[in-house]
Amino acid sequence: MLDKTGIAKRIAREVKDGMYINLGIGIPTLVANYIPSHLNVVLQSENGLLGIGPFPTENEVDPDLINAGKQTITMMAGSALFSSAESFAMIRGGHVYLTILGAMEVSELGDIANWKVPGKMVKGMGGAMDLVASAKHIIVAMQHCSKEGASKLLKSCTLPITGVRCVKRIVSDMAVLDVLPEGGFKLLERAPGVSTEQIKNATAGRLVIDGEIAEMQF
Amino acid sequence: MINKVVAGADEALHDIGNNVTLMLGGFGLCGIPENCIAALLKKGITGLTCISNNAGVDDFGIGLLLKTRQVKKMISSYVGENAEFERQLLSGELEVELIPQGTLAERIRAGGAGIPAFFTPAGVGTEIAQGKEVRTFEGKTYLLEHWLRADFSIVKAWKGDTTGNLVYKGTARNFNPMMAAAGKITIAEVEELVPAGTLDPNQIHTPGIYVQRIFEGKGYEKRIEQRTLASTKV
Repeated sequence: MLDKTGIAKRIAREVKDGMYINLGIGIPTLVANYIPSHLNVVLQSENGLLGIGPFPTENEVDPDLINAGKQTITMMAGSALFSSAESFAMIRGGHVYLTILGAMEVSELGDIANWKVPGKMVKGMGGAMDLVASAKHIIVAMQHCSKEGASKLLKSCTLPITGVRCVKRIVSDMAVLDVLPEGGFKLLERAPGVSTEQIKNATAGRLVIDGEIAEMQF
Repeated sequence: MINKVVAGADEALHDIGNNVTLMLGGFGLCGIPENCIAALLKKGITGLTCISNNAGVDDFGIGLLLKTRQVKKMISSYVGENAEFERQLLSGELEVELIPQGTLAERIRAGGAGIPAFFTPAGVGTEIAQGKEVRTFEGKTYLLEHWLRADFSIVKAWKGDTTGNLVYKGTARNFNPMMAAAGKITIAEVEELVPAGTLDPNQIHTPGIYVQRIFEGKGYEKRIEQRTLASTKV
């Protein structure tokens, strides 16, 4: 099983040279720490920045420079600042190629639920609905099962959804899977020490296993 | 040259009354009009409909106006980090309309740009699509969303000049430029107010035509919600 860092490290391997990427709050934010330094990528922050840099030193802290998680950040050389309308124009217009975000549930058709738990606190969807409706490629970072052991990879979502048929790839603590265009989770890789059988038992939606499934490489 | 300078937040808000619709700039606590929020608190007007991406925190930003029960309705995309907000929402004291952030930004932009409605893919197939017109363009489904406008827009900029031209700094720009254009009356508070002709016209973010009143604010606290350092363990 992977911990949060493990999931972030594995997702970082999906990043290719020249990509413009939006990272969601939580595990996706950690991905930035593991993107190989020889790759030239630009991280977009939906509150109005292209070119998120590392977290600042004490002396660099600027209250006028935060990411979408309201954390203090710095800017890379070549950054650009803009309004929220411009930011979502580049998201909606399909210019931000990859979105990496967390999920509470994903369905075998690629529906994602990650913004609301009825009866509990509703914090709002922020930019998630815009991002999943428009990014060309969407990778989800998530736990395969709830704390109680219930699968979060389902036939259909039980929670209110954030977007329909949009998730392309999932990196969970147990596996890497693709969502097939016709529906179903295609198992691509197992997390270290996790068997295909365990993944089968932890996946409530249709799981497609084609031949021997290799263990993840880092 | 039209001079738009007022002495401060009290004068800028002199004709604001109960039950108005307000737009308030900012993302989290970044780029919020601190002076005007303090003046609204002091003025004590109630029944406010506040359009703002977030609702502040318990003891800062719009959170201050929630605590005093001056806000009737919030229109936002994300309202976490505020326990008093949660309490009022769950008890039904506060109306809340949650809107996807890009849709919120574009509805405000549309309001300022005179576009009554537009189609967006955000929220298709979700509960926010309920009751909205759906149309397919080139094989993809979109929702019809309407413009948003306000009686008063209150924005915060880094620098401004006496004709109302504004320049923002860092990610404190966020919703401020669209809101400036979408208010019947737009009030801008700035950290530094300079004479017309001082700012480079090539570098203006919000042209002065959108701003009716401007003043130099005082004592900006610029509170940080998540002070995260290179050395912070995450």
